[in-house]
Amino acid sequence: MIKNPKMRQFLKDKISVSAFFVLVILYTAILFAGFFATYSKEYSNRKLSYAPPSNVYFIDKEGRFTKPYTYNYNRVLNKDTLSVEYRQDRTKKYYLKFFKKGFEYKFLGLIPCTRHFISVEDGGELYLLGLDINGRDNFSRILYGGQISLTIGFLALFISFPIGLLYGGASGYLGGFIDTLMMRFAEAIMSIPSFYLLIILAAILPSGMTSSQRFALITVILALIGWAGFARVVRGMVLSIKTQDYIRAAEVSGASKKRIILKHIIPQTSSYVIIAIALSIPSYILAESGLSFLGLGIQQPDASWGNMLKEAQEFANIVYRPWLLVPGFLIFIAVLSYNLIGDTIRDILDPKSKVM
Amino acid sequence: MLWAFILKRIFQSIPIIIMVSIISFFLIRLSPVDPLAELKLNPAISKETLEYEKQRLGLDKPIYMQYVYWAKNFIKGDMGTSVTGEKVSSKIKERMLNTLLLSFSVLFWTWIIGIPIGVIAALNYRSVYDRFLTIFSSIGMAIPSFFFAILLLIFAQKTGLFPIGGLTSAGFYNMNIFEKTLDVIHHLFLPTLVLTTISLAGLSRQMRANLLDVLDSDYVKFARARGLSETKVIIKHALRNAINPLVTLLGFEFAGLLSGAALTEYVFQYPGLGRLILEAVLKSDINLVMASLMIGSFMLILGNILADILLKITDPRVRVG
Repeated sequence: MIKNPKMRQFLKDKISVSAFFVLVILYTAILFAGFFATYSKEYSNRKLSYAPPSNVYFIDKEGRFTKPYTYNYNRVLNKDTLSVEYRQDRTKKYYLKFFKKGFEYKFLGLIPCTRHFISVEDGGELYLLGLDINGRDNFSRILYGGQISLTIGFLALFISFPIGLLYGGASGYLGGFIDTLMMRFAEAIMSIPSFYLLIILAAILPSGMTSSQRFALITVILALIGWAGFARVVRGMVLSIKTQDYIRAAEVSGASKKRIILKHIIPQTSSYVIIAIALSIPSYILAESGLSFLGLGIQQPDASWGNMLKEAQEFANIVYRPWLLVPGFLIFIAVLSYNLIGDTIRDILDPKSKVM
Repeated sequence: MLWAFILKRIFQSIPIIIMVSIISFFLIRLSPVDPLAELKLNPAISKETLEYEKQRLGLDKPIYMQYVYWAKNFIKGDMGTSVTGEKVSSKIKERMLNTLLLSFSVLFWTWIIGIPIGVIAALNYRSVYDRFLTIFSSIGMAIPSFFFAILLLIFAQKTGLFPIGGLTSAGFYNMNIFEKTLDVIHHLFLPTLVLTTISLAGLSRQMRANLLDVLDSDYVKFARARGLSETKVIIKHALRNAINPLVTLLGFEFAGLLSGAALTEYVFQYPGLGRLILEAVLKSDINLVMASLMIGSFMLILGNILADILLKITDPRVRVG
């Protein structure tokens, strides 16, 4: 059925195929975030901050199967311990509804739409993963946050890889003094501990930007960190490629330097580039989450998995409100899936590779 | 011969250090932050100090002269005053030692644990154990360091087995040397665990790949053909050559540690360089940011030089150009 032997080799590896499915699920969820989300980006229920996840029941008190339903929470002050507790209001059941009309969102970012995959009868509240300190729905925010956390790495790649390829390609091909100068500059960038550079760049961003401007700049900053190491490897490859006969032939037939670099040299590095891309997406995801965790990346009220974990720094939150840790597990799962796929791709394309 | 190599290596890194200083200086100075704004806001800092800082930084001169001023002072060891009024140089020195302590502890454990794991995996190539190791190391690499650190802090909080952050306990100055050492080790344990788990994966994989390569080489086949026992082949011939390339990785690993430690230091409230630079950035303490950025890069370059020298000692064939 599938002709390409490399593709078939990939499909034979059960672990990476499962990892691939996990990623498909994650990306489907964030692509249709508005459809799956139970609440809008602006929703917040200030009366119920830190309410735990709603329990969904399939079996009623008489022990019969029913349509799934849930109860609302009431905020109660426990007079003995003087702490706020959430108790279910067992007087009224609220049935879950599927494909019901709710808040408006843009389907795929284009088509205005109001249907939602899952919601609850009017008057009911459905918090699948509880609420945060501001009474915002954790489940919906995880979906919106994923849109940022899972795509920023890709976007950064689109900036850093072309830069690295061209820089490394030009440096290796031109050689001589220019090569020395370009490589010293790349080495200087690599000599600055990357995370230090990252936080400094993020910190000098002017305040008062819109959230999309900030998103764009954080992407650029992430890209600026990664290109140098990549450029150096590309240069090494180009040095060995340029001594090959067909490059000499191209030179003799009068091709320009630009043409030789772009048409003859860079395409030869493709299998390394694919491996490097597959293995560097996870590091971008981790960098974004770390940056946002420190409060230097994506800023509130916008959600990203990193800045949602900021709340998990408080002990009371981790011990009594474990649902706030969910974004951390999702980062882990996404990065793990990318790593497993990257490993398999490397083994297939370049079995002797030393790229870690 | 070795000395010539060391000298050459040091000379080579001078242009890089100059370039790093230029990049970091202009990056920070061209940002719209007044380098003295925070100092001016602190009432504890006298007019004389401010005036001295202005002179020292040459703020009334053009920007390239400011760089020359800054570089001159930096070489003399004068890194200026931090926002809190302390001397930047003394603050950095203390934090640098703490970060080195953490890094060496991590490197030590990574090597002690990672090499045997890699060797066993290579010797049991494609077995269940080998598969398990690949998955296990992928898991280790995928955990966000700060998240793992948070989980361990919950553990410390709930069980009371480990202190929750810092490097020393409250009564540290009244302890004797033995208690002091124990106390520091106790505090180092969790941060080391986080960083070791993350760097373990890379090292053990590299070791596995190297040993597999070496086991496939002609001289190992020859040693086997001579009738040497398998243990002897592996220990005397294969292992030595498989470990050599890892020495180059040391410098690289050290670089990763400097960066990776920052988040872990932050979560564990560990008084290291990473947390220092983070706090400095958040407080826009320009002197401190500049100095810690430079020192961090110095350490990184020095780490690479040391790794090269080590490699030269273990494998004299190597030429670094």
